[in-house]
Amino acid sequence: MQPRKSGATLLAALALGVAAYCSDAGAAAVGQGAPEFELPGAGGAVRLSALRGKVVYVDFWASWCSPCKQSFPWLNEMQARYGAQGLEIVGINVDARRSDADQFLLQVPARFKLAFDARGDTPSRYAAKGMPTSFLIGRDGTIVATHVGFRVDDKGRFEEEIRRALGVN
Amino acid sequence: MKQRVYRILSAACLPALLLGACAEVKPWQKGDLARPEMAFDGDALAARLAQHIYFSKENASGGYGVGGGGCGCN
Repeated sequence: MQPRKSGATLLAALALGVAAYCSDAGAAAVGQGAPEFELPGAGGAVRLSALRGKVVYVDFWASWCSPCKQSFPWLNEMQARYGAQGLEIVGINVDARRSDADQFLLQVPARFKLAFDARGDTPSRYAAKGMPTSFLIGRDGTIVATHVGFRVDDKGRFEEEIRRALGVN
Repeated sequence: MKQRVYRILSAACLPALLLGACAEVKPWQKGDLARPEMAFDGDALAARLAQHIYFSKENASGGYGVGGGGCGCN
């Protein structure tokens, strides 16, 4: 074995090791089935598969995230407007301390389903890219849209996606 | 041959050892980092003042704008 070739093999093995260490396998993407979750909620456990048949808007939020705070009134509005047509908004809180979330909810009330994942297992499996990250899941359990962040300008576009997923025109 | 396999395997495992301390902070784990006391500059106004004095006295331009003459009047 020539030293050069063995060096290349070692380098390839090293690269493979780095790739394995840094890989982000199993990310949730548009067109794929939404990963299942079962989390404690404000009023009992929240399970995604129990909401099959509805259009589910999963929103990962935290008390320290100010765009999340901006998004809550809009989420309340959407739940009120499209709840009857089958929209179910699930706000998954990712705060490490539940008290931070409770403090936030006193200031910004949420009139939609809430779930709590202090360990961050669900955002990890959904590979949330930022705060907030949301996933719009169709009636068949497939992810139809995903957004990172929340800007007031995005409201119209997001609502249009919700309407399309619901089949409301 | 066996020795070579060992060497390749250990090379593949090396990054895990070396990168062990380089923990990536995920977006949902930034709660404590987002706290005001974690900011580089504690107070925005104090930081602005310190910055002003720094660029005036040091005549250090890069990144902060135009350097001053030392009088602190610009």
